[in-house]
Amino acid sequence: MEVGQLQRSFVEYMASLFREGFLDAQFSQLQQLQDDSNPDFVVEVVSLFFEDSERLLNDLTMALDQPNVEFKQVDAHVHQLKGSSSSVGAQRVKNCCVPFRICCEEQNTEACLRCLQQIKQEYLLVKNKLQTLFELEQQIVASGGAIPMVQ
Amino acid sequence: MNLGTASSSVSWQSSINDRVSDMQFPAGLRVLVVDDDPTCLMILEQMLRKCHYEVTKSNRAEIALSMLRENRNGFDIVISDVHMPDMNGFKLLEHVGLEMDLPVIMMSADDSKDVVMKGVTHGACDYLIKPVRIEALKNIWQHVIRKKKHEFPKDKDFEQSTSLEDGDRQQKPQDDVDYSSSANEGNWKSSKKRKEEEDENEDRDDTSTLKKPRVVWSVELHQQFVQAVNQLGIDKAVPKKILELMNVPGLTRENVASHLQKYRLYLRRLSGVSQHQSGLNNSFMGHPEATYGMSSFNGLELQALAATGQLPAQSLATLQAAALGRSATKSAISMPLVDQRNIFSFENPKLRFPEGQQQQLNNSNKQINLLHGIPTTMEPKQLADLHQSSQSFVAMNMQGNPRMQQNNALLMHMSQQQHPSRAQMLNETNNGQVSRPPLSISQPLSSNGIRGPVYNQVSQASSMVDFSLNQNSELQNNGSPLVSSNSGMSTLTSKRIISSDIKGSRGFPPGYDIFEELHQQKSQDWGLTNVGSTFGASTDHSSIPGTLDVSPSMLVQQGISSIKKNGQNGNSHISKVFSSREESGNVHPMGGGPQLNLLPGGNLLTVKSEQLPDTSYQNTFFPDQFGQDDLMSALLKQQESVGQVETDFGFDGYSPLDNLLV
Repeated sequence: MEVGQLQRSFVEYMASLFREGFLDAQFSQLQQLQDDSNPDFVVEVVSLFFEDSERLLNDLTMALDQPNVEFKQVDAHVHQLKGSSSSVGAQRVKNCCVPFRICCEEQNTEACLRCLQQIKQEYLLVKNKLQTLFELEQQIVASGGAIPMVQ
Repeated sequence: MNLGTASSSVSWQSSINDRVSDMQFPAGLRVLVVDDDPTCLMILEQMLRKCHYEVTKSNRAEIALSMLRENRNGFDIVISDVHMPDMNGFKLLEHVGLEMDLPVIMMSADDSKDVVMKGVTHGACDYLIKPVRIEALKNIWQHVIRKKKHEFPKDKDFEQSTSLEDGDRQQKPQDDVDYSSSANEGNWKSSKKRKEEEDENEDRDDTSTLKKPRVVWSVELHQQFVQAVNQLGIDKAVPKKILELMNVPGLTRENVASHLQKYRLYLRRLSGVSQHQSGLNNSFMGHPEATYGMSSFNGLELQALAATGQLPAQSLATLQAAALGRSATKSAISMPLVDQRNIFSFENPKLRFPEGQQQQLNNSNKQINLLHGIPTTMEPKQLADLHQSSQSFVAMNMQGNPRMQQNNALLMHMSQQQHPSRAQMLNETNNGQVSRPPLSISQPLSSNGIRGPVYNQVSQASSMVDFSLNQNSELQNNGSPLVSSNSGMSTLTSKRIISSDIKGSRGFPPGYDIFEELHQQKSQDWGLTNVGSTFGASTDHSSIPGTLDVSPSMLVQQGISSIKKNGQNGNSHISKVFSSREESGNVHPMGGGPQLNLLPGGNLLTVKSEQLPDTSYQNTFFPDQFGQDDLMSALLKQQESVGQVETDFGFDGYSPLDNLLV
């Protein structure tokens, strides 16, 4: 595929992610932070986010699997997930955290499990989307093109 | 060492100065950022780099703390997350404030008011909500400048007045925050701080025009300080003696005094026992519900001051307390309580109080036992021992509990009543005089069976109060000293009154009468129980039987529970109680402000429920003497009304009582 086409796809894809709420303004901030001294900043941060989130989701699964669920612990995990997802701009993941915390407060295991399920789904979705986005970037760069800035 | 650290602190300041005047500033600002979330940490680091700051990051609070200690002057500002696994961000904040006195910015994804307020009361100079935007970080340098500016008013770079007189210093805060003249508390603290700065200047003869290096409380120095304090005993740890024991050249009593204040606050928070600081009382003064017609000096200003980093957290709390009746203060007050609760990790309170009641209360109350960390919970037999114990106990409980203010006032009132002479004073105060009670809080404590921290705390509190009182001599406060029938409790009270700057006519709030009544009753009925002692004063109610009448007991309980609830272990700042009174705009040393609903029965409950989300303490307070049934029913009623406040705070299971003093 020629560079121009790749670039257009990239722009469109990025716009759709924002439109559909997968990403929010915070992600744009990350993009603006990227510069020559830190050319892979976004990819690095997002990778870190993936690692961290998967760890948290695992911890959450285990915590909710206990016979005696420690809701404070669950809440702490969700809180952290909320913090990191909001920091990278993963809006839909962040939005799942709010009801999740309420379920924790109510100490409702069933509801928490449902929230966990939902958050996992959203996480996988956004992970997939971002990975696609990064691949597009790589293709553009490989083709000698520059990555267009999507405002 | 001290000189060394002092001079290095001076150099820090001068480097700041240099950098400020440098065109490049704030570039190169040295920021330490602490967050256990690696994603956020990375983003913050990048953002700060973009702002041309020098960034050091750490994902562990303890590591950050040791970095700060090793390189005391290596950082200009600290940014820390609130929720961290190894250490609560607020604890880190306290440590930094206590030891290094750097501006600290808190941040969290949690934007609930309670947590933000906690940041304020702990002395954070700012609070950022995640996700943090780079724009928010661009201006953090202002906190560095502001803090510096306030610490070195004389620095000509900052165009400060050259004269170091207290008056000038007091002016400064006034200029900044438009304190009303009566808001001495704030002024006192500010001026005290300035004064301290002045005293710390060991390099110059003419202290008035030169920048004074701050005494930097290095770890060693702090250890010496702690040793001295422990040697003296918390109750006897007055700045003068501490200074003597420490025997550190160049250290002044004022340095020690201000550090002692911070330390006490810190201990209070740590153990949940409220250490009484005169300032603390003030913090509780600001009961939001109080319809006190407080003067303009209020929490806002205090907060503003605090926000600027000028005031350490403790001072802020104090000042806030002083700012009677501000709703802001209220929240501030609750913060410490919340914090305390955190410390105790939501455990079911282990009420050592009358077992019977205790159990019932425990069951019905899932509040944290604020006294958990404090072995002093009053045992029934202890209760029986002394009024004083109860007094001090109450005092302790009251301390730090904003909600308890009312109760405190009540209790104070009570305790005061116990002494006939005091009663007179109470009357006098009722008439609007604020008397400064001699500090003798510690006394009752010693006599009590109350042990451990509670005891210490109270005495500390008292000495603090004492100290503050002395220091406040310049503060004009309210005139007549409070009758301190209580061992020092009154002092606290008076302190609060002073700070609250309520003078002149202190009307007696409607509740006051009840208070008096209760007071009298209490003295009769309560006998040795703590509660009794506090309420002893008002015993007008002939109706009050040997077993407490519901009303008075309710009051007591309420007060106590509220105190407890607030998580103020130990240190009961009686003054708080008073302060709450004061808050109501009228200084009633005795009277209860609007908050106190001394009205028999129901009112108390009402009051309580508002204030005390946590009724855990209530349990501890009921002395054996009170008809257990009565008490229980009262308590249970209270608890029900109070509800599960605890959950409001949304604690994240922080480990309790981390030993922060690494």
